[in-house]
Amino acid sequence: MELLLIILIGVLYATGIFMMLRRSMVKLLIGLILLGNGANMLIFVLGGITMGKPPIIGDSEKILSGVYADPIPQALILTAIVISFGLQAFAIVLLKRVYVLIETDDMNDLNTPDTDI
Amino acid sequence: MTDNSIILPVLSHLFTAILLIFFWRKVRIQQIISVAGNLLILGLSIGLFVKTWRSGFLTMQAGDWQAPFGITFVADVFSSTMILLAGIAGLAASIYSTVGISRHRIQYGYFPIFHFLLLGLNGAFLTGDIFNLYVWFEVVIISSFVLMTLGGRKPQIEGAIKYVTLNLLASVMFLTAIAILYGLTGSLNMADLSLKLAKIDNRGLVNITGLLFFLGFGIKSAVFPLYFWLPSSYHTPPSAIAAIFGGLLTKVGIYALLRVFTLIFIPDEFTATMFTIIAAATLLTGAFGAFIKRNIRKMFSYLIVCHIGFLLGGLGMHTDVALAGTVFYLIHDIIVKTNMFLAAGLIYKISGTNNMEKLGGLYADYPKLSLLIAVVLFSMVGIPPLSGFWPKIYLFQASFATGNWYLLTAMIIASFITLFVIARLWADAFWRKKPATEAAVTDDFAEMPWYKRSLLVAPVIFLAAISLYIGFGAEHIMILSQRIATDLKDTAPYIKAVLGREIINF
Repeated sequence: MELLLIILIGVLYATGIFMMLRRSMVKLLIGLILLGNGANMLIFVLGGITMGKPPIIGDSEKILSGVYADPIPQALILTAIVISFGLQAFAIVLLKRVYVLIETDDMNDLNTPDTDI
Repeated sequence: MTDNSIILPVLSHLFTAILLIFFWRKVRIQQIISVAGNLLILGLSIGLFVKTWRSGFLTMQAGDWQAPFGITFVADVFSSTMILLAGIAGLAASIYSTVGISRHRIQYGYFPIFHFLLLGLNGAFLTGDIFNLYVWFEVVIISSFVLMTLGGRKPQIEGAIKYVTLNLLASVMFLTAIAILYGLTGSLNMADLSLKLAKIDNRGLVNITGLLFFLGFGIKSAVFPLYFWLPSSYHTPPSAIAAIFGGLLTKVGIYALLRVFTLIFIPDEFTATMFTIIAAATLLTGAFGAFIKRNIRKMFSYLIVCHIGFLLGGLGMHTDVALAGTVFYLIHDIIVKTNMFLAAGLIYKISGTNNMEKLGGLYADYPKLSLLIAVVLFSMVGIPPLSGFWPKIYLFQASFATGNWYLLTAMIIASFITLFVIARLWADAFWRKKPATEAAVTDDFAEMPWYKRSLLVAPVIFLAAISLYIGFGAEHIMILSQRIATDLKDTAPYIKAVLGREIINF
């Protein structure tokens, strides 16, 4: 399981960076999403994957006992996913707006001219 | 010492922002609420500063979950100083915004987002938990994205693409580093990490994690190879927004670097050398970039990059004197960089352009205002006894002591080029006669009613007075920065304050 996930993380990072190096803005966005997912998976793997019961304290017990899953990585990933959803939504709207303004998907057509605001 | 009131500067920004949302279309009410809110928060920040100055470290354990399990907020002298500076810069930018930001942009929610940005900054200064630092950074960057694109003009949107992409990439790096750190230690509390990371034998892995943190924060604070998004995006939003960006956003990256690389990762010889080399490269490239730019705000953007080099260099040398110099420079830089962009906004309002080739004759038309802007510009250069001069003495002294000759050379060259570009700006925009242009430019500033003009000038006077105080009352700031440097160097009191008396060892 770990090995599979580690390979998956590698593939996600590699494709993410590859996509970000393309000139197309849509590919840039997909690259960012893949990279974000890679980072989330990395938290999951490095938090330690344990086969065991969920981290819930039973009625008759005072503390967790035996083998249990670490709840913190899951909480962290949940937070990170929510944040990256927000950022991705913003990035999609921004890129849509850029597309409307300059009518191309090519990053090379972007130039910030020396105009004053 | 546990004190739950340290979170007040963050909460007040939140309440002000929520209150502002209820007055979405009412511009005048929003302006009044924002300025009043910022005044209140400045008062609270002064209170927090006095408290931390007296008692050292104040902590707040959210939900009463003791560290290292809960989320900890820590206020030491360093964070309360940063909050105080953010309060000052926020108040100035908010007063300036009442006139400097168009009605149109205010109705799109400028003021609530502005307060959310400051909320994120204050949260980042206070947190004692590395993952929470990430969350506050995200609050800051999402607000800054909105502020940067607000109004939706073409150059703004184009500048924003680089800004958004690079900041998202920095966030991914930061998150990756946090993941590895959690895998190594099983902890997220910064004080706890400091103890646990020191015990790890695999130093190579620890250093790589440190480098990932450096990469993440380095993009945000615009250091040498990672700064290119800054000059291509900071000159596009309106001056009040650029002022708060230039004053605070890159500095929160430096704040995070100073925290993480003094508390969690103590730089070894390799990291320290890397920092000083990158600092020297940042100084030189920023200075030469400023040298060739003829647009005032683009030039100022490169000067931001250039002066980040001083801060990073101080961190790289990592002696008491160097850290004191860095903190002093940080205090001076936040005030001056905010003021600089506000002054650039004034110049733009008067002459309708930021292009130095088209400017001229400002001194003849506005002698008093020109003297005010001169104070701003020459504080930044650091003509003794103005504020930029004193921290440089510390940094020069530290680089003599540690024998960092290339860093010293870069600092001297950068200082001279800063002096040169500012003198050139002064000669072009203020002394030279106005070049004859085809179309007569209208002077927006002169046509405004007097109260609007004073609202624009008042924040510049306010910040200029503070930077004069930093220059002439340098002994006080020196005592403050030496105390912060001691706190940064000797982390034991911080760790003891956060983790309480019993330090849990697993």
